Amino acid sequence: MALRLPRSGVPQVLAFLAILAVNWMVSAQFFDIRFQDGRLFGSLIDVFNRGAPVALLAIGMVLVIATRGIDLSVGAVMAICGAIAATLADTQPLPVVIAAALGAGLLCGLWNGLLVAVLGIQPIIATLILMVAGRGIAQLITEGRIVTFTSPDLAWFGGGSVLGVPAPVAITFTVLVLTILLVRRTALGLMIEATGGNARASALAGVGTRVMTMAVYVWCGFCSALAGIVAAADILGADANNSGLWLELDAILAVVIGGTSLFGGRFSVVLAVLGALIIQAMNTGILLSGYPPEFNLVVKAVVVLVVLLMQSPRFSGLAILLSGARK
Amino acid sequence: MNRLLPVLVTTAVFLVGFIICSLQYPNFASTRVVANLLTDNAFLGIVAVGMTFVIISGGIDLSVGSVIGFTTVFLALAIERHDVPPLVAFALVLVICAAFGAAMGAAIQYFDLPPFIVTLAGLFLARGASFLMSTESIAINAPLYSDIAGYAIRLPGGGRLTIIALMMLAVFVAGGVLLHFTRFGTNVYALGGSRASTALMGVRVGATTIRIYMLSSVLAGLSGIVFTFYTSAGYSLSAVGVELDTIAAVVIGGTMLTGGYGFVFGTFVGVLIQGLIQTYITFDGSLSSWWTKIATGVLLFAFIAFQQLLVVLARRPPRRVAGVVPS
Repeated sequence: MALRLPRSGVPQVLAFLAILAVNWMVSAQFFDIRFQDGRLFGSLIDVFNRGAPVALLAIGMVLVIATRGIDLSVGAVMAICGAIAATLADTQPLPVVIAAALGAGLLCGLWNGLLVAVLGIQPIIATLILMVAGRGIAQLITEGRIVTFTSPDLAWFGGGSVLGVPAPVAITFTVLVLTILLVRRTALGLMIEATGGNARASALAGVGTRVMTMAVYVWCGFCSALAGIVAAADILGADANNSGLWLELDAILAVVIGGTSLFGGRFSVVLAVLGALIIQAMNTGILLSGYPPEFNLVVKAVVVLVVLLMQSPRFSGLAILLSGARK
Repeated sequence: MNRLLPVLVTTAVFLVGFIICSLQYPNFASTRVVANLLTDNAFLGIVAVGMTFVIISGGIDLSVGSVIGFTTVFLALAIERHDVPPLVAFALVLVICAAFGAAMGAAIQYFDLPPFIVTLAGLFLARGASFLMSTESIAINAPLYSDIAGYAIRLPGGGRLTIIALMMLAVFVAGGVLLHFTRFGTNVYALGGSRASTALMGVRVGATTIRIYMLSSVLAGLSGIVFTFYTSAGYSLSAVGVELDTIAAVVIGGTMLTGGYGFVFGTFVGVLIQGLIQTYITFDGSLSSWWTKIATGVLLFAFIAFQQLLVVLARRPPRRVAGVVPS
């Protein structure tokens, strides 16, 4: 039952397949996959590869949203951790680099968790602080420059491969499986859902809501740190200004597309990752079709509105009312 | 007294900051610096007035930065490429912004959606629309613009109180009157206190919500007009991230993020504090621009923690009188 889905997920799978089909119509080579230099290549592989950072963010974000929270700082945390990894890469051994970057991500998550769970600040506002200050901290680390590195060890996280699968995809898949095992094989998932459904009632029922809330923000910080490492390794450098810019919005969008309600409660990690892939497939499709990439934002806006309207209780109530009136 | 405490603290912080700056740099305390402080932050101040209304009503508007960007591109294209008289273009763009805000307000009200996600879609939509119109920076050479740039009230000491600084001050006065002395303003406070009670009192919640977001978008449009006066150009990437600066200014100004409490004057001081940090960094010369973000983040945290403390103190039961045993 590890892969039990709270909702069927059929609409999301159909949407993903439909977008892939459109991409195939736009560019006939879309499904061509080559095996070269011990790694798979092709547009379809690219969708998974490019979608990996947002998918990682979405894995962290979906748990936060399930507790009725939100984490606006993921993009800034990505920038901080990418900056740390890139700055240390050429002077320190790989384990130190990774540990420092992941440690920074965990610390950022802990900070957010403390503000939300202990000080009781609204999640939007609590994480806004790090969103504003975080990019400044990242620029402080890189001293305002774009730091580049040559270390092949760190570069593996962006361009390497495991059994032919690109490393970012393999990392995302590993984190996904790990997260699902954690939340569905133990009672953690249930407790997270309970916290999001009704924090007060859950606390009275003996759920450690404070610890749960802290834990999801820390996990979100960890996932953002991984995403930051992957993004930095991908371009062999860290750009404190642009790394992860607006990705918090993409991650939230991915979770919303995945059917998890912003009002907390039931959630699906798998569908959130699928949501991230849907977003990436749309981006790739727009690029392949030759439309200017500026269309991306407008398309995203329309997708957000449609998904929101479908989720809105008022809207479905209206639809039922209308169909009832017809009969 | 207690009601005014956050605003008084903000004002004290600004005055102390200004005195420290003046002691360090003898040229700081001049009308020139003060007038520039007003001119450089005019667009931020205007949009912050709208945000104050939104936040007091318990909502949030993430779309304002994009609306500013949209306005600048629209004005540049209309005036330069299509020879629309500037004043007609101003009227047109304000009508578009009003419709945009009303649509967001209606979506929030009638589909019961969180303001955060609706205005996020608005952010994507407005930014995407400005990208679609033009991705290049277009200079505006209309005579009206050079007239406005050339006119200023000269203050003793070399300061120039520009038109856009005067516009900001006028918007603050008008916003203060609207919020504190009209029925609409009282309704805004009531909405922030409790939506359900407000509706039961007979206030038209829907109309008020729509008007609040309309006001915010119109002021964002006005701020965009001021932005074109300031830069004499329209660019689709202008004012990226301004929504965060705006929210930070409102919070630093002592407005409660949970709604129901705040003053327009506090927002004015909040904007000035942000401007003061930037001016200090410019004066210093050795500090880099990213310290602005970090300092804003630290201030944001300090004020949110302070608000939280006030809430906790207010909830604490009155101390028992010594010697009286509760029955």
